[in-house]
Amino acid sequence: MQSDGQRVDALPDGAPSGPQEGKWQKPRISRKSLMKCCLVKWIISNTAPQGPDSSDGELELSMVRHQPEGLEELQAQTQFTRKELQSLYRGFKNECPSGLVDEETFKTIYSQFFPQGDATTYAHFLFNAFDVDRNGSIRFEDFVIGLSVLLRGSVTEKLRWAFNLYDINKDGYITKEEMLAIMKSIYDMMGRYTSPSVKEDAPFEHVEKFFQKMDRNRDGVVTIEEFIETCQKDESIMSSMQLFENVI
Amino acid sequence: MAAGVATWLPFARAAAVGWLPLAKKTMPKPPVDKKSRSDEILIVNVSGLRFQTWKNTLDRYPDTLLGSSEKEFFYNEDTQEYFFDRDPEMFRHILNFYRTGKLHYPRQECIQAFDEELAFYGIVPDIIGDCCMEEYRDRKKENQERLAEDTEAEMATDVPLPPNSTPRERLWRAFENPHTSTMALVFYYVTGFFIAVSVIANVVETVPCRPPKGSVKDLPCGEKYSVAFFCMDTACVLIFTFEYLMRLFAAPSRCKFMRSVMSVIDVVAIMPYYIGLVMPENEDVSGAFVTLRVFRVFRIFKFSRHSQGLRILGYTLKSCASELGFLLFSLTMAIIIFATVMFYAEKGTKGTNFTSIPASFWYTIVTMTTLGYGDMVPNTIAGKIFGSICSLSGVLVIALPVPVIVSNFSRIYHQNQRADKMRAQQKVRLARIRMAKKGTTNAFLQYKEDGGLQDHDSDSAALCLKNRSSFEHQHHHLLHCLEKTTNHEFTDELTYSEMCMTESVGYRTSRSTSLSSQQVVSSSCCPRRAKRRAIRLANSTVSVSRGSVQELDTLQVLKSSAVPQSRSSLNARTEDLKLNCEQRDYTAAIISIPTPPANTPDESLPPSPAVPGILRNSRSISSFTHETVKISSL
Repeated sequence: MQSDGQRVDALPDGAPSGPQEGKWQKPRISRKSLMKCCLVKWIISNTAPQGPDSSDGELELSMVRHQPEGLEELQAQTQFTRKELQSLYRGFKNECPSGLVDEETFKTIYSQFFPQGDATTYAHFLFNAFDVDRNGSIRFEDFVIGLSVLLRGSVTEKLRWAFNLYDINKDGYITKEEMLAIMKSIYDMMGRYTSPSVKEDAPFEHVEKFFQKMDRNRDGVVTIEEFIETCQKDESIMSSMQLFENVI
Repeated sequence: MAAGVATWLPFARAAAVGWLPLAKKTMPKPPVDKKSRSDEILIVNVSGLRFQTWKNTLDRYPDTLLGSSEKEFFYNEDTQEYFFDRDPEMFRHILNFYRTGKLHYPRQECIQAFDEELAFYGIVPDIIGDCCMEEYRDRKKENQERLAEDTEAEMATDVPLPPNSTPRERLWRAFENPHTSTMALVFYYVTGFFIAVSVIANVVETVPCRPPKGSVKDLPCGEKYSVAFFCMDTACVLIFTFEYLMRLFAAPSRCKFMRSVMSVIDVVAIMPYYIGLVMPENEDVSGAFVTLRVFRVFRIFKFSRHSQGLRILGYTLKSCASELGFLLFSLTMAIIIFATVMFYAEKGTKGTNFTSIPASFWYTIVTMTTLGYGDMVPNTIAGKIFGSICSLSGVLVIALPVPVIVSNFSRIYHQNQRADKMRAQQKVRLARIRMAKKGTTNAFLQYKEDGGLQDHDSDSAALCLKNRSSFEHQHHHLLHCLEKTTNHEFTDELTYSEMCMTESVGYRTSRSTSLSSQQVVSSSCCPRRAKRRAIRLANSTVSVSRGSVQELDTLQVLKSSAVPQSRSSLNARTEDLKLNCEQRDYTAAIISIPTPPANTPDESLPPSPAVPGILRNSRSISSFTHETVKISSL
C-alpha cells in the first residue's frame, strides 16, 4: 500500500503524468511521481550515507594532528632540559595522541584529582591560563611553557602567571567579581564534606580579605603592580613559591 | 587511578602555584622524593623474549608487581635485566596495559591461564576495558560453571561416609545415592518395581474383561477381580508409605523435605488409598472418591527418582519457565482476539457452532495448533478468511519460543553428559594418583629397608642408593625427618591392618593404664579409618603427654634402661603378637602405642618389642639386621 494512495501500475512511463481534467487517466509511474511518495523518500533517506553530524566534532579533533616545535626551540623557550622535555612529551603524547588537549578532556583530567568536589570551574580558568592564544585547545608548547614558568620560573614570573589566572578577561585588572568567581571555584573543589563546613559567604569573606591586602589605592581593582608588590612584601607567600620546584 | 592521571599529577601540582597568593595558611612541605627522576629504559626478559620499556611506564601502576619494588626480586645482576619465567605471549598484553592504561583480553587464550598471569603480576581483572569485558565475563562464568559441576560431581558420589554418622545419616545417604550400598540398591529396585506394578494395575483395571457368568455386559477388570486389585493396591501403598516414612525420618531437614516436590508427589500418590479406606460407601461422596483415584496416576512421577532423563526434562521446563510463560501469554492473547473475531464473523449463520466467544476458543486453539479437528468450521467468507489468518499466525506464535526451549534442553542435557564423563575421568585420575602415592610410599619404605637411614660408609650401600635421583634423596630425607619428629614410622596398609588385628587380640589383656591410650588403640583398629586414626593418634599423643618420650633406635646404637616392673607383663603381651616371622620387605608400624611405663629395649631381638603392637621388623639382609622399635611413652 502506498501512503499517498496512488495505485502502482506495472507500466512505467517516462512521460510526466498528472491528474488531467475530466477524463480519469491511469496514473503512470514516473521518477518524479515516485519521488513524491513519502514512503520512497523515507527509504532513500535511510539508506543514503549519513551526513556529518555532531559526533564528528570529536572526530575532527582526533583527525587534526599537531606536531610540536622541535626540541631545540622548546629548549630555548623553556627552562627544561632535553631529557625532561622528552619525558614530558612522552607522557603528553600518550595521553593525547593528537597532540591537542581540548577543554572537556582537560576538565575531566583535572577533576580526577579532586574527587570530593567539583573542579570543573577552576579547571576552566586553568585552561584559559594555559591556553595563551585562546584557540580552545592546549598544544604541547603551551603546556610546556606554562609548566616551565610554574616550576622553573622566577618568583616574579610565577606571580605574573597567577595574576593572569585570576584575571579572567585578561584586561590587566582583577575585579572583585573575577576574584569572587575564582574563589568560589576553589571552594567548590573542596566539596561538601569539610570540617568546618564551608559557609555560604566564605568565598566572599576571603575575597574581601584579599582585596584589603592587595588593593592599595582602594579603587576596587587590583593591578599587576599592586599584586606583585604586595606579594613580594608577604613573607609566607614568598617562601611558599619554592614549594613545587621539584615536581618534575 | 588511571595511568593518565599519574602522568598529569605533576602538572596538577604545578598548577597549585595559583593558590599560593590566596592561601590563608602556610602551605605544607612537599614530600621528598629520593629516587632519581631521570627516566631510563628497563629491559624485561620474559622467557627469552626481551621487552623494553621506560621506567615511568611501569611506575604508572605502583600497586602491581612491575610498578613496585617487588620486581627487584626478579632482577638479574649479570644481565642487568628483569627476568620472568612466564608466558611471553601473555606478557605482551600485560605490558600493553601499562602503556595504554587499558587491559585487553586475548580471545584465543585460556581464561584461567590469563587469570593466573594477572594474579602473578598483581593486576586486578576489573580494569579490563569495555571492549573485552563482556567476552571475559562470559568465558569466566562458563569456566566457573564447569568447575562447579566438577566439584559437585566429585562431592556427590563416592565420598566416603564420615566415620561416626548416625544411622539416620546413613539411611538418608542410602536413599539419595542408591549405589553406595547393596541394601539401598535392592530397596531402590524394589520400589521401582512396585511403582511399575501399581501403574500397570491402575491401567489394567479399566480394561473390559469377559463378564462373569450370568451377565451380558462387559465388566472392567477392576470390578471383576476387585479383591485381587485391592490387595495389590494395598501392598503398593504399604511399600510407598513405608518408604515415605523412612525418608521423612532420615531427612536432615524435615521441613525442607516435606516441601520438596518429590515428597509432595509421594503424598499425593498414597493419600487416595487412605481416604478411600476412611470414607464410607456413600453415594454422594463416591463421585469425589472417583476423582481422588485419578491422583493415583501421579505414582508414575515417582519414576523421576529412578530416571535421570525425566529429571532433566523437569529441570528444563523449570528453567524455561519465562519462555513458556511468554508463549502462554501470547497464545492467550491471540486466542481471545481470534475467538472474538470468529464469533462475530459467524454470528449471522444459522445453526452455527460458534455460539459464544468461549465456544470459539476451542476452534481457535484447534486451529492455531494446526490440529484442525473439523468439529467447528466457519461457513461465512469472512469467517473463512479470518480462520486462515488464525491458522497462519498460530504457526508463527508457537514456532517462536520453541527453539529457546529446545536449546535450553540441549544445553542441560549436554551438561549432564559432561558431568558423567567428568566423573568417569575423575575415577581414572584418582586411581592414577593413588598409584603414584603408593609408589612413593613404597619407594620410601624400600629406601629405608636398604639402609638409607644408616650412614652409608659401605660402597655397596652407596651403589644401590645411587639409582635414586637427588629429588628422591631429598624427599626421603624429608620423610625421615618427619618420622623423627613425630616419633612414628611409615608403614604400608597390609602390615598396619594386620597389626590392628593382632593388637585387638593383644589388648584384651592389656593393662594399659591410660584410658585415652586404650581408646586410641582400640579405636584405631579399623583399617578403613587409618588416616583419621593416625591424626587422632598424633593429637592424643600430644595431648596426653606426661613423662618423657624415649626413642629406641637401632639396637646397635642405643640402649636405654628398662623398667623391670612392667617387663614381664609387656613380654607376656608380646607373645601374643605376631612378630617378624614373615620375610617381608617392610612391616613398619605407624602406630606408637603410648605405654605408661618406660620402654624396654631388648637385647634379644625377636621378642623385644616391649610395646604391643609396635613392630618394626626388617628382613634379614646380609649386610645388616636391625630392628627398630619405636616406642614412645607418655
